[in-house]
Order: sequence, then C-alpha cells, then structure tokens
Amino acid sequence: MTNIQIMVAFLTIVRREIRRFMRIWPQTLLPPAITMTLYFAIFGNLIGSRIGEMGGFSYMEYIVPGLIMMSIITNSYANVSASFYSAKFQHNVQELLVSPTPNWIILMGYVVGGVTRGLFVGFIVTLLSLFFTKMNLENIFITVIVVFLTAVLFSLGGFVNAVYAKSFDDISIIPTFVLVPLTYLGGVFYSIDLLPSFWQNMTLLNPVLYMVNAFRYGVLGVSDINVGYAIVIILAFILVLFVYALRLLNRGHGIRS
Amino acid sequence: MTYAIEISDLKKRYDNGFEALKGVDLKVEKGDFFALLGPNGAGKSTTIGILCSLVNKSEGKVSIFGVDIDKNFAGAKQFLGVVPQEFNFNVFETPFNIIVTQAGFYGIPYDIAAPRAEKYLKQLGLWEKRNNPSMQLSGGMKRRLMIARALIHEPQVLILDEPTAGVDIELRRSMWEFIKELNDNGTTIILTTHYLEEAEQLCRNIAIINKGEIVENTSVKSLLKTLNQETFILDLATNIAGDIVIEGYKVARLADGHSIEVEISKGQSINDIFVALNEQGLQVQSMRNKSNRLEELFVKLTKG
Repeated sequence: MTNIQIMVAFLTIVRREIRRFMRIWPQTLLPPAITMTLYFAIFGNLIGSRIGEMGGFSYMEYIVPGLIMMSIITNSYANVSASFYSAKFQHNVQELLVSPTPNWIILMGYVVGGVTRGLFVGFIVTLLSLFFTKMNLENIFITVIVVFLTAVLFSLGGFVNAVYAKSFDDISIIPTFVLVPLTYLGGVFYSIDLLPSFWQNMTLLNPVLYMVNAFRYGVLGVSDINVGYAIVIILAFILVLFVYALRLLNRGHGIRS
Repeated sequence: MTYAIEISDLKKRYDNGFEALKGVDLKVEKGDFFALLGPNGAGKSTTIGILCSLVNKSEGKVSIFGVDIDKNFAGAKQFLGVVPQEFNFNVFETPFNIIVTQAGFYGIPYDIAAPRAEKYLKQLGLWEKRNNPSMQLSGGMKRRLMIARALIHEPQVLILDEPTAGVDIELRRSMWEFIKELNDNGTTIILTTHYLEEAEQLCRNIAIINKGEIVENTSVKSLLKTLNQETFILDLATNIAGDIVIEGYKVARLADGHSIEVEISKGQSINDIFVALNEQGLQVQSMRNKSNRLEELFVKLTKG
C-alpha cells in the first residue's frame, strides 16, 4: 500500500469507530455525564462541603481533575475493548484481516477511536463540572499531554483485553475488578498524604496515581508526585502495551486460526 | 506462467494436533471458473482461510498472481476478494457504509468508493436498501451484500465459499448470471459449493479435496468422461404390475408403481432400454438422471 492508501485505511477505521460510539450515544456518552454529575453533586457539594480543604483547595476543586481523568480512563478503555470484541464476536474483524491494511494501522485506528471517545467524554464532564466549581488551568501543556497519553494508554489496555476476551463477560471483568479499584485508590478522591506511610508506598505502585496527579498538577498546580516522572511512567507503559498489542495482532491471537 | 493461485505442499496443523491440510498442491489459471469441492471438514475452508489470511498456514507456499504471501501478503491481498460462508459484517451498519468502509481498508478514498458502491449495490439489487440497517436484510440480500463488498476493490480473483447456501432458486440463478458475467470480463472465480449441479454447469476446472488431500484436479469435462456408470429414472405411461427384466441391464421398480431405475454402464446404449420397454408394451413418458453426474463421481472419490 502507498502512504496515501495507508492514511485512507487509518482514517476509515477512525471514522468507523467514531460513528460507532456516536450512534450508540445513550450507551457511550450519556452514562458518564449522569454518573459524574452525581459524583459532583454528592461527593463534591454535599459531602465535600463538610470535608473542608484538601491540598489547599476546596474538596470539589480537588476531586474534579480526578473525576475527569476517571471518565477518560474508563471510556477510552471501554470503547476499544467493546468495539474490537464486538468485531470479533460478529466476525466483521475479518473485513480488516482480509484487507491489506497493516496491523500497526489497525491498532492505531482503534486506539485513536478510543482516545477520541475518552477526550469527548472528558470534555463533556469538564463542561458539567463548571456548573459546580470554577476551573483555572495552571499548565495547559501538561494538562493536554497527560490527558492524551492517558487515553492512549487505556485504549491500548482495552485492545489487549479485547484480543484475549472470549465472551462479553471477559471485557467487563478487568474494568470492574482492576480498573475501578486502581482508579478509586489512585488518588481521585484524596491526597495520598492522608494515608499511613506503608499504604502511601503501596499506592506508588498504582499507575493510575501518576496520571491523576499529573493531570491535577496541570489543572491545580498541585501533585503528590513528580510530574516529569509521571509522564515518563505513562510513556513507558504505552510503549510496552503498544509492542505487546502489535505482537498479539501479528500472531493473530484470538482472531486467526 | 503466472497462475491466479498457486499452492504447493500446503499443510495446516491446528493446536489440538488435527491435520486439516496434508500437503495440498493446486494451480488455478487466470480467468478460470474453478470449483473446489469436498465433503464437510475436508479442508476447503481452511485452504480459503489461508489464502485470505484468516488461517495461519503451518507449511507450504502460496502465491496469488505471482505474489508470495510470505514475502508480500499485503500485495497479494489486493488481488483477492472473498465472500465467506458465514455472514461477517456489522449488522448495525447500513449496506452502503459497509461497502464504502471496506473500500477504505483497501486504501480507496470515498470519492471513488461511493460511485462504485452505488454500481454494485444496483447490480445486485440492493440499492433500495442501502440506508437500512443490514440486520433488516433477508438471507439472500445479505449474501449479495457480501458479494458487493468483496468486489469493491475490483479484485482479480473472487473466492466464493458456499455463496448460494440457503438462497432460493430464482435468486441463485440471478446470482450466477452476475458471477458468470464477472468471469466473462476476466475475473478468476473460485467456488466452493455443495450444489454439485452448480459446479458442473458453471466451472471449467475442478479440484476435489478429501481429508486434507487433493484427490482429483482436472477439467470438469475430463472428469465427467471418467464416469463409468449412470443411473436413470424412467417414468412410464402406465403402472407396472411386476418386475421388469431387460437383459444386460440392472432394472429396479420404484415404489410409486410407474417408474423404473436403470443402471447404464459405459458402452451400453439407452436406446436398448427404449426398445426393450417398447417390446413389453411400455411407453416412456420422461427420463432423468437419478443424481447429478458430478455427484456420482464426488461420492465415489470421497467415500471411505
């Protein structure tokens, strides 16, 4: 394929992915908007007003970046895992496999689809948060970089999950038993300074902590960890997952006999 | 000479140890209308799966229009269009989107893909349904949609894996008219089917695969010549009271009371039967083959 043909194939996958999540917006865009509004209202407004300040900010201001990041993480992951597994389930993944589209373009197409949904939902949640609190971006560059890289990382995670999945249950197990606990324990709702030192050290093993804190640094200018270090960690995870996912595709794991 | 498809010593062993292909050799000439026949589980779909990269081969060489799939699979895939046995499109998408999206996977931009999609959807009688979700299409329409999708990049070789399974007679005929026209215009067609009369009528060359091995690979004409015996059913004008005996022929009376089954070997003449029946005062109203001629050979070659 020529470079132009490869670009056409890539954009075709991205367009199809965006069309998919826009078509089923009551399943993809509406639920995070409702859930996050409830988080803002209950944890931010009702309970948050009794908690007082955290890291020098009102509790609502403190949790907003974490909640935006949480919606980006879950939606970029869910988009790719659901879309690729459905393509396997309906066998329409074969449309791509019989075509000359290179595997790395297939992977990139799905990832960009996941990133787009993650960012779209993140934008919706950010707009909703403005009804509850003000937001000043301390460092727009860090904010954009961290949001984008996090969406890429979890889209790749969703892809690997979908490749291994043999049933629809398999694409909900990881989000339920791994992703949600890691996100909740990754400093979305609290600063790790509140934890005893043993649990503080344990929390440092949680990759989500670095994303939430790096994003919080971009928005509020405060973080529990070093932001440069956080970005390096995210990039390292992306590299490892990209190579791994591409290897699975090249071997045809779960998609070729 | 460059073949449309050239397969040599192709083997496939699945992880559970099952050997689906045991060294298949096959050549399909450019422009051919070729049938790959075999009983269920013989290795037809595995062979096709390897050609279109849905199955990883264990050993052997495969070239499509001279392009070795081990060296340039992406290049080889450009020549190939595949209509699989199972429906494999997103049922929530519309036919138009399915086809234009498939074109995109081949690097064909929308402004070229859209008029082509219109052409094939119209030719295959699906234009009116272009914006309906595909799940609303009938079985025959879904098959035709897969043909349109396989043609969108205008491949040199079109592989049809059981394309008429579950399709009514009228639709099947119109589908074959369309495929024959494609073949007349130079597209190589490779067909697998369980309807052997289709293969006999349409295909020039044939390969029969059984238990992972090619047991016959020749022209349909030469294969039919090897048929040593044919069985005919003769419908008589009147009911027959007892058994009919015709010297030198095996004759059996059928349960309906007015038909007989006669086996005629190579060198024998059907005229002898008419004469003998006439002498016994019996008139033949109509006559037909008991089974398709190719079917008889197929059963012979694949039994046991």
